[in-house]
Amino acid sequence: MAIVSIPNAVATSERPAKSRRINRTRLPAALALLPTALIVLVVYIGCMLWTVRLSFTSSTLLPKLDWVGFAQYSRLFMNDRFLVSAENILIFGVLFISGCLILGFLLAVFIDQNVRAEGVFRTIFLYPYSMSFVVTGVAWQWFLNPGLGLEKLVRDMGFESFTFDWLVNQQMAIYTIVIAGLWHGAGLTMAILLAGLRGVDAELWKASRIDGIPVWRVYLSIVLPLLRPMVVTATVLLAVGVVKLYDLVVAMTLGGPGIATEVPAKFVMDHLFERNNIALGTAAATVMLITVVAILAPWVYAKYIRPQGRPA
Amino acid sequence: MTTVIPQGSRPRRLTAGRIGIYAFLITAALFFTLPLWIMIVTSLKPMDEIRLGNILAWPANLTFDAWVKAWSSACTGLECNGISVGFWNSVRILIPSVILSIAAGAINGYALSLWRVRGANLLFGILLLGAFIPYQVFLYPLVRIFSTTGIYNSLLCIIIVHVIFGLPTMTLLFRNYYTGLPIELFKAARIDGGGFWTIFFRVMLPMSTPMIVVAAILQVTGIWNDFIFGLTFAGRENLPMTVQLNNIVHSTQGERAYNVDMAATMLAALVPLVVYFVSGRWFVRGIAAGAVKG
Repeated sequence: MAIVSIPNAVATSERPAKSRRINRTRLPAALALLPTALIVLVVYIGCMLWTVRLSFTSSTLLPKLDWVGFAQYSRLFMNDRFLVSAENILIFGVLFISGCLILGFLLAVFIDQNVRAEGVFRTIFLYPYSMSFVVTGVAWQWFLNPGLGLEKLVRDMGFESFTFDWLVNQQMAIYTIVIAGLWHGAGLTMAILLAGLRGVDAELWKASRIDGIPVWRVYLSIVLPLLRPMVVTATVLLAVGVVKLYDLVVAMTLGGPGIATEVPAKFVMDHLFERNNIALGTAAATVMLITVVAILAPWVYAKYIRPQGRPA
Repeated sequence: MTTVIPQGSRPRRLTAGRIGIYAFLITAALFFTLPLWIMIVTSLKPMDEIRLGNILAWPANLTFDAWVKAWSSACTGLECNGISVGFWNSVRILIPSVILSIAAGAINGYALSLWRVRGANLLFGILLLGAFIPYQVFLYPLVRIFSTTGIYNSLLCIIIVHVIFGLPTMTLLFRNYYTGLPIELFKAARIDGGGFWTIFFRVMLPMSTPMIVVAAILQVTGIWNDFIFGLTFAGRENLPMTVQLNNIVHSTQGERAYNVDMAATMLAALVPLVVYFVSGRWFVRGIAAGAVKG
């Protein structure tokens, strides 16, 4: 994974004597990268800065380029819908990430016990990941709807007073989204961690068996720390997915009941394209950007900047 | 419990531990298959049976009416042409987007891994970070750019967007793949006088089949499942299947036809499911390759 500096290894020895000639032969390579460089400059950097700039204006239906300082941000943090969105994404994030990691780890460990039909189990655990969030949302909305879904099923089995109305319950609706999210994403975590488990040295298992250490203890105290890089990668991927959460909510609850399952990405989309409040929408988008940077910065630092700073 | 042996090939006896392992795995498998099962059986039932019957039960009066209706006459708002419209839109979006983004990724990866271009590492670094930024940060300015150039809400627009946001993963995949090839191959081609494009088309591309398969799996499922770009950039005429499915489910007036909804959902899930079950291990490989972003 330490790939960032590999091009330096290529053709370093040719450099001093014939640099002009090589520059000419490298021209096609530079030209081939030019479109990507333009896209990075215009889209990835340009659009991002533009969005940040718009968040300091009073734009409503059309973009303006005035300057109102942090007025939109103070409005944003007074806005009920945004505060509910922020709280929801926090609840969803914590439960979804920890749930995926725990369930994914358990599935990976149990699959790793030399079970029959391992391939069948793996296929079953991972297939939801191939489907879209819209499909996931619609499927779970149908299964969890109180009228004809799970609640009716259990009542028909004889438990007349059974109630499961989370989907339409203001307090509980966000947890139905967590369940659907877990169903969709746990298999990915399993796949990443299973790859890690398969890389654990067989000697370690022999040694721990000779020492008579219980298997669960080996997993918890020895294997889990060994899997740290995979756990970190999975966590970062899941966390970035959390910030992007949008389609699942739209398909499953449309942010309802009321505003009970609103999330920041939906807040941005609604304000940009439906409520004609560009400045507030871009301010919320900027807050999302800052959140992602705050999540990523320690990871990028630990993975790339700190190791390179050390003397080789 | 210590009799559970995780590795090696001892004869397997049915101990309490092993029963526990299978019990857990089978329960988990039920949790993962349940929604798919419910979708399938619901889509095959008439509405009366859905209202009165058991949600898990196999249909008593098996009918494909809901599938026919979902495909050809379900309503999205005012139009009632079924989800087939969305299906063909998705196909028209998918094919050029997949081909172009793989081509772009292969060329970028090749130029970044085997040619020393000044600033290339910086370019690659920014591109990779870009993969993590929420799309909401780019959407509004992009909409403005596209409407100024007059291609907003068109097939071309949505294809360009898919290529742009596919760049990070595709570039990373091919860059890592070409970096892993023996460098002598490239040097020999250089000594024989091969230029940038000659080496790419004659040496590198013919060796890239495994990566092209992985990239195609990633892009086909990713683009087929996209919702937010289709909604924002494709325009009413080109809405992809995911957006149409959402419209069908949320805009039906009167009583909801759950069987039609579920048939439409199954239809929308079909392409990625087929890709997943046919590609098997390649799909996992694709996810793993995409998951090691950065």
